[in-house]
Amino acid sequence: MVASGAMAAVGAIATAWPFINNLNPAADTLALSTVEVNVKAIAVGQAITVKWRGKPVFIRHRTPEEIKEAEQVKLADLPDPETDNARVVDTAKKVRPEWLIVIGVCTHLGCVPLGTKQGDPRGDYNGWFCPCHGSQYDTSGRIRKGPAPKNLAVPEYLFTSDTLVKIG
Amino acid sequence: MASSHGAPPVFNNKVIAWIDHRLPIFSYIEKEYHTFPTPRNFNYFWNFGAIATVMLLLMIVTGIVLATNYTPHATMAFDSVERIMRDVPSGWLIRYMHMTGASFFFIGVYIHIFRGLYYGSYKAPRELLWILGVLILLLMMATAFMGYVLPWGQMSFWGATVITNLFSAIPVVGDSIVTWLWGGFSVDNPTLNRFFALHYLLPFIIVAVVALHVVALHVHGSNNPLGIDPKGPQDTVPFHPYYTMKDGFGVICFMIVYAAFVFFAPNFLGDVANYVPADPLVTPTHIVPEWYFLPFYAILRAIPDKLGGVIAMFGAIAVLFVLPWLDTSRVRSCTFRPIYKWFVLVLVVVLFLLGWCGANPPEGFFVPLSRICTAYYFFHFLILLPVLGKIERPLPLPPSIADAVLKKKAG
Repeated sequence: MVASGAMAAVGAIATAWPFINNLNPAADTLALSTVEVNVKAIAVGQAITVKWRGKPVFIRHRTPEEIKEAEQVKLADLPDPETDNARVVDTAKKVRPEWLIVIGVCTHLGCVPLGTKQGDPRGDYNGWFCPCHGSQYDTSGRIRKGPAPKNLAVPEYLFTSDTLVKIG
Repeated sequence: MASSHGAPPVFNNKVIAWIDHRLPIFSYIEKEYHTFPTPRNFNYFWNFGAIATVMLLLMIVTGIVLATNYTPHATMAFDSVERIMRDVPSGWLIRYMHMTGASFFFIGVYIHIFRGLYYGSYKAPRELLWILGVLILLLMMATAFMGYVLPWGQMSFWGATVITNLFSAIPVVGDSIVTWLWGGFSVDNPTLNRFFALHYLLPFIIVAVVALHVVALHVHGSNNPLGIDPKGPQDTVPFHPYYTMKDGFGVICFMIVYAAFVFFAPNFLGDVANYVPADPLVTPTHIVPEWYFLPFYAILRAIPDKLGGVIAMFGAIAVLFVLPWLDTSRVRSCTFRPIYKWFVLVLVVVLFLLGWCGANPPEGFFVPLSRICTAYYFFHFLILLPVLGKIERPLPLPPSIADAVLKKKAG
């Protein structure tokens, strides 16, 4: 009795799995390719948005002041402590403080923060401001204020030359 | 096919008698919707169960018709809805009926819930009836949310993004759950496809739960404005024709208001941003859900912590499941609860204030207001209800429904 009951339970779970798994991303969705961006045209102080895996990615050519601002923040002041250097390094471990590349999705509930386009509000910390629930990010894309729990995510990227970056 | 109280019906029509002997559907209708003894003192609040049922059926019929012209694909959904609006014969009317119908379904159900709160319809022996009702509300919310995503406008897309991201607040597995819900790395075509499938399915599940809701209702019968049990035939009238007619009248009045919106202000309750096609790279400056979610959205935003906000929002509904046990008063109807009746009305005001907060950006005085109202909402259910039931002195209950009704008439 117990054995057959247990077998039935195992069978039920084993049968349920394909149906649950069916909702996971399909192979073609997973295979979404990498994106290559030429950053030559982005002037100092400018930022652009590119689409990667259906999400916006912000690429900002930071000014020396913005870099300085990001580097001088005390880690103790950050809700999600991370140094600026750790956020501007590509997969070849090369640090390029002038280029900040982050996924443009607010870590609160997934809105696209403002601050990439010229004239956008950039919040109290001169980075990005999320219009949905008021999260504010600094010049390193780190969360400083508001409901978002984490810094803007940094995708894997590699500078294949000084002006060409491969995201993903 | 006449029958008196309690006696099994006798059908004179031979075909009906033949069928009923084998499949007693006619006996069932006779017992549950004709002779069914119903308190004689219903007021118009008791119309809203019937109104909600009519709206549910109307949503299913208009929805099925819309589905015949709708294309659930990220690149075609928006245009297919525009085609329904411009090219498909009567498409604009069916879509406006469905769109406005969702709002009026919620209006009917919210009034129905208020009725239950004010007259204590959730108290013994109707706890399961109430719980089934809360379950229907949850299913309605899920259905409405997924339906709103289907036109694939800006608000569809970003509403879906924000709401599915709520699950990322779950520690450890949150992000995997969100990817699983999306079927990808963002809200995209797989998400739209599954939402369409579920939006088509859930209404039929709602019908099933409504059937259980009615079965549970017909065990002990309806509550009534006095909140006291009928003590005999003098306290009740047969459901038909008394309440079939009264419900019919209520439904017609409700439909007049509904039709006025469908024909003269179909977009009044919606958001113009949803007439802009979805753009994954641009968030609208101000994301708001449909009006019926605003109070809960305000609760979500009132808590300055992601997981905390999500817990509070779901908790606001979850607390309704245990309401029958939070209210310690033995008196059902607020008619006889001189203190609590004011607090129920305060709760309604608080819900409207929360809705107002939810409709506005989370800045300035809306932040403290939404926090105060959220605190009050939970205070009402978790502290006020249990305590007040113990200390409040209810007014004397009338000896019977008939007694109260006849006295009112005489006086």
